[in-house]
Amino acid sequence: MRKVNKFFIPLWLGAGILVLAVGNIARCEEDMPRFFVPPPPFSEGIFPCSDCHADMEVNPERRQLEDEHVEISEMFNHASEQRWCLDCHNPDDRDKLRLANGDLVSFEESYNLCGQCHGTIFRDWKAGIHGKRTGEWNGRKQYRLCVHCHNPHSPKFKPIKPLPPPNNPLEIQYRKLSDEEIPRNPLGNIQ
Amino acid sequence: MKKKTNSTGDLKPITRRNFLKGTAAGAATLAIPVGTSDAAVWQSFFQQHFLEMNKEEIAEVIKRLEKDYAEKYKTSFNIKATGALPNTLFGYGLDLSRCIGCRRCVYACVRENNQSRDPQIHYITVLEFEKGHKWVSDLEEADKYYYPAEVPEEGHFYMPVQCQQCEDPPCVKVCPTKATWKEPDGIVVIDYNWCIGCRYCMAACPYGARRFNWGEPHIARDEINPETHYLGNRPRYRGVVEKCTFCIQRTRGNPGRYPACVEICPVGARKFGNLLDPKSEIRYLIENKRVFRLKEDLNTSPKFYYFFAT
Repeated sequence: MRKVNKFFIPLWLGAGILVLAVGNIARCEEDMPRFFVPPPPFSEGIFPCSDCHADMEVNPERRQLEDEHVEISEMFNHASEQRWCLDCHNPDDRDKLRLANGDLVSFEESYNLCGQCHGTIFRDWKAGIHGKRTGEWNGRKQYRLCVHCHNPHSPKFKPIKPLPPPNNPLEIQYRKLSDEEIPRNPLGNIQ
Repeated sequence: MKKKTNSTGDLKPITRRNFLKGTAAGAATLAIPVGTSDAAVWQSFFQQHFLEMNKEEIAEVIKRLEKDYAEKYKTSFNIKATGALPNTLFGYGLDLSRCIGCRRCVYACVRENNQSRDPQIHYITVLEFEKGHKWVSDLEEADKYYYPAEVPEEGHFYMPVQCQQCEDPPCVKVCPTKATWKEPDGIVVIDYNWCIGCRYCMAACPYGARRFNWGEPHIARDEINPETHYLGNRPRYRGVVEKCTFCIQRTRGNPGRYPACVEICPVGARKFGNLLDPKSEIRYLIENKRVFRLKEDLNTSPKFYYFFAT
């Protein structure tokens, strides 16, 4: 019995190494980020879409949208000449998005939809170059979906109000201040 | 009059040496204020250079500082002295094609690093340039006081400047007391207890990255960040120089956090990582994007890479 065991040791080692190697290859191929800031930034009460759309007839016509979607109609500016709702939204299962090849993706993985056209940006995003990152530089990184920063119906980044400029050095003077008199950070609670 | 005699009874005149010894001892005794003549005063006066202290001595200094700060700011502080991680050289990337000049980074840095609110100290200066004007070679044409209702302004672009963490830092060369030095992970740090405030380093820095505490730093109690590092964001004193340390209190850790300016940037223009790790974000952008370093001709070798992602 012992002899048999000894005979099998190299075999077991070999099998172990093989398993490890395969595991490593699988990990290398997995270039998709593993960490997100869930969930997608839906407007309040808008999801699941099927709540309203389940009983509605599908209308692919380009038109002025009504009720819940008036806002989208007004802001829509995303290659809007070439595109309409059902190019990205799926008519049969409203709670999913639809890729150009017909595959369905969830709203949590909407980057697959954006990446169809914005391939170079998608590549940079996966590498951590495009988009905001928080967390740990050598550990757990928090990614954001494209739609956390870009409104999918009007993706251009909107101008924002800047925080105040620095004081002129000429204004530096020595004064004693009580705790209440000390100027507060204009950043406030912005995270 | 009684004459002073030695043990054998002979007359002993006061020698010059003894006189000086006595005077020095007397003066030293007088120099210690009666109310505060505890060990802490001696300890702070005879504190060694940071790099010459062993772990126990550093721990003792930190204990003393934590007590001092707690009294002064009425908050308890945690001061770390975490050393550099092995095989780590920090590098920073800033995407100029994304920056919109909103100054969120400036004030996130202030919040994290306990800069004085009055007199005001900012580590980051955001420069605004008109498109088509000279820029990298001539920063004089930049405006740092811009304040429109909204940014980005039409026809303008922005370049934030902060400490470039040079590999060959001119500020370190000129320091007469060795109060500033480059750490093994590439961060140029300052010991605020060793700095004499001569400001040679400020004159030497080609990036205008160093700041001087002209007055007693003021921070409102409710805005103090008590999580600090000895070489980083612990409260400073009047008359010392300070600057960006890549948030040493956050980044030196395994895992270590991103610097505050990276995390706040609403357009994700700021990138940070280990230059020695081929899989890091910073290496990817250096290898794949158009990159430049500020005033490269001065051979300071900054570890701060400006790039264009598009």
